[in-house]
Amino acid sequence: MSRESGDETTDGQLPSPASPLLDRNDVRVRDDDGVTGAIRAFLDRVRSGDLGSLPVVVGLVIIWTVFETLNPVFLSSNNLVNLLFDCSTVGVISLGIVCVLMVGEIDLSVGSVSGFASALVGVLWVNSGWPVWLAILAALAVGGGVGFIYAQLFNRFGMPSFVSTLAGLLAVLGLQLYILGSTGSINLPYGSPLVNFGQTMVMPHAVAYAIAALAGIAVFATGYRTATRRKAAGLSSPSLAGLLVRAVAILVALELIAFYLNQDRGVPWMFGLFVGLVVAVNYALTRTKWGRSMTAIGGNREAARRAGINVRAVYTSAFVLCAVFASAGGVLAAARLASASQQAGTGDVNLNAIAAAVIGGTSLFGGRGSAYSALLGIIVIQSIASGLTLLDLSSSLRYMITGAVLAIAVIVDSLARRSRVSHGRA
Amino acid sequence: MTDILQEATPTGELVLSLRGISKNFGAVSALTDIALDVHAGEVVALVGDNGAGKSTLVKILAGVHQATTGTIVFGGKTVTLADPSAALALGIATVFQDLALCENLDVVANIFLGRERNPLQLDEVAMEIRAWTLLNELSARIPSVREVVASLSGGQRQTVAIARSLLLEPKLILLDEPTAALGVAQTAEVLDLIERVRERGLAVLMISHNMEDVRAVADRIVVLRLGRNNGVFYPDASNEQLISAITGASNNSVSRRAGRRQAQRELGHEARP
Repeated sequence: MSRESGDETTDGQLPSPASPLLDRNDVRVRDDDGVTGAIRAFLDRVRSGDLGSLPVVVGLVIIWTVFETLNPVFLSSNNLVNLLFDCSTVGVISLGIVCVLMVGEIDLSVGSVSGFASALVGVLWVNSGWPVWLAILAALAVGGGVGFIYAQLFNRFGMPSFVSTLAGLLAVLGLQLYILGSTGSINLPYGSPLVNFGQTMVMPHAVAYAIAALAGIAVFATGYRTATRRKAAGLSSPSLAGLLVRAVAILVALELIAFYLNQDRGVPWMFGLFVGLVVAVNYALTRTKWGRSMTAIGGNREAARRAGINVRAVYTSAFVLCAVFASAGGVLAAARLASASQQAGTGDVNLNAIAAAVIGGTSLFGGRGSAYSALLGIIVIQSIASGLTLLDLSSSLRYMITGAVLAIAVIVDSLARRSRVSHGRA
Repeated sequence: MTDILQEATPTGELVLSLRGISKNFGAVSALTDIALDVHAGEVVALVGDNGAGKSTLVKILAGVHQATTGTIVFGGKTVTLADPSAALALGIATVFQDLALCENLDVVANIFLGRERNPLQLDEVAMEIRAWTLLNELSARIPSVREVVASLSGGQRQTVAIARSLLLEPKLILLDEPTAALGVAQTAEVLDLIERVRERGLAVLMISHNMEDVRAVADRIVVLRLGRNNGVFYPDASNEQLISAITGASNNSVSRRAGRRQAQRELGHEARP
């Protein structure tokens, strides 16, 4: 018990008739019920430095406002559809980065691994005549193998992940150049399903609306189920009104986005795949034992080990998952560009993937983060890239601005962390 | 030494029995030929100076270290404790000195860490109810189990760590310095907690440097000195006796007197820090 409460009566211990709920017995806790309570709790959280995805949403609004005023084409349906196509490739890579950051490690080689995967698909599919699905599967498996090697280096030799993956960055890039050989570039056939998927395939309009509606309904259904279970068990439950407001807000927002994108070609299937992966990883991180172990190891590795968690296996899963996502991102990038070249995965791919996760709010210090940070972060980065391209600015400026945004994101992360410490929440 | 141990009045069935436990770290023998019995419904305090081997012994029982030689009999069977999960599976729960809590997780997640209900779709409601039940059984005053552990005070964290150790219905609880970092009121709370754990019929082995705390809750006091057994005492033993056993003055009138004087000096130091 805390010192501040030492002079209190013992009412707090026993269920008082006024509050029959198991978790509402303590007089020191303010009960945030209803819609206003939810808003108040949110403001409290933000004030104490628990920012969640607030900075990235604010940042996105600023960036979009600036670029829209500079060039009205920026927020056109057409440009946004292109933006979503471009987001999906690096976004999938960034999703893997979220996984390794959760356990407090890093993978600096995701760019190389993605480039290697795209080269592998090109060589196996176009040059060797494998079926395309088998080539993709092989690329993902090889990527997973690379991640497994990092995990072994980390678990068995205690090699810091930033060193092993930095070495991997060079080695895998070498492999990519080696298998591409002297030609240096393989064109993937236009009109093939893979290239169509990366360049043109969009959801039928009705499907986009249906998925948006389903998402809203799913939010309400799961929330309602939890609330009834909590009520039945004698725990406090969130108000139905608040839940309904949230679900309707999500549903309306998604329907509006779908409607706006449908004015042009529609929602890319590739973006649908990316969002599907984000939702799946989010579920795995927050609602499964594996995800709980990942968060625990990121917070306190030794505590997790003493709690009986197989720490090595969890690290292995994180590295393998990251490399598999990097390979998947590489395959998508090859589909988007219709080619597997020596340049694939080089340049800013690495940094963009890592920056997206951090900008989105996943902490570099481990133990804090969310799969949604990959989605939000990559939209910020792609927006900057797209906006600067529309303004006809050179890549030199683009690099500088992206670098500045990353620096700001890390500063916000550090300041929020400091604030959480001083508010006793870190 | 075993003679002394067998004199102990058993309060319940014998839960843990150590014989001839030794542990070497390279050329250093941290523990030599340790014997120790713990019964159900009994609080045994393990005391000794710094470097006496208390923490090493607890780590062996927790499965963190492995004994070089010796036998561990737990619940009537000879066991080997290869890793922490083996100890947990047998029913030996440990509350480490640093508590080993994940500050970025909430109270429920910490209590159930590594033992979550329903691994593929965590049953948060059932876990929260169980957490409240455990905390209420301990009469613990945690304001909210959905707060991260980082926001809790030292005593509250200790409570969470003890509640976590009770989750698996263990037969033996090891407490490493449970009161070391706590204030006066919080120490009293934790000592109450230990008594409640004993009332539930569990065996408790606790390490402490604080003789007052030890005498307040322990049924027996086992002294280690330089990695060896150095006597078993009961709470009615005088401070002088305990301290001379801890510091190593042997049992004759001259050294008793020296021990007394040293004890008084040390007590004096404790009184005015």
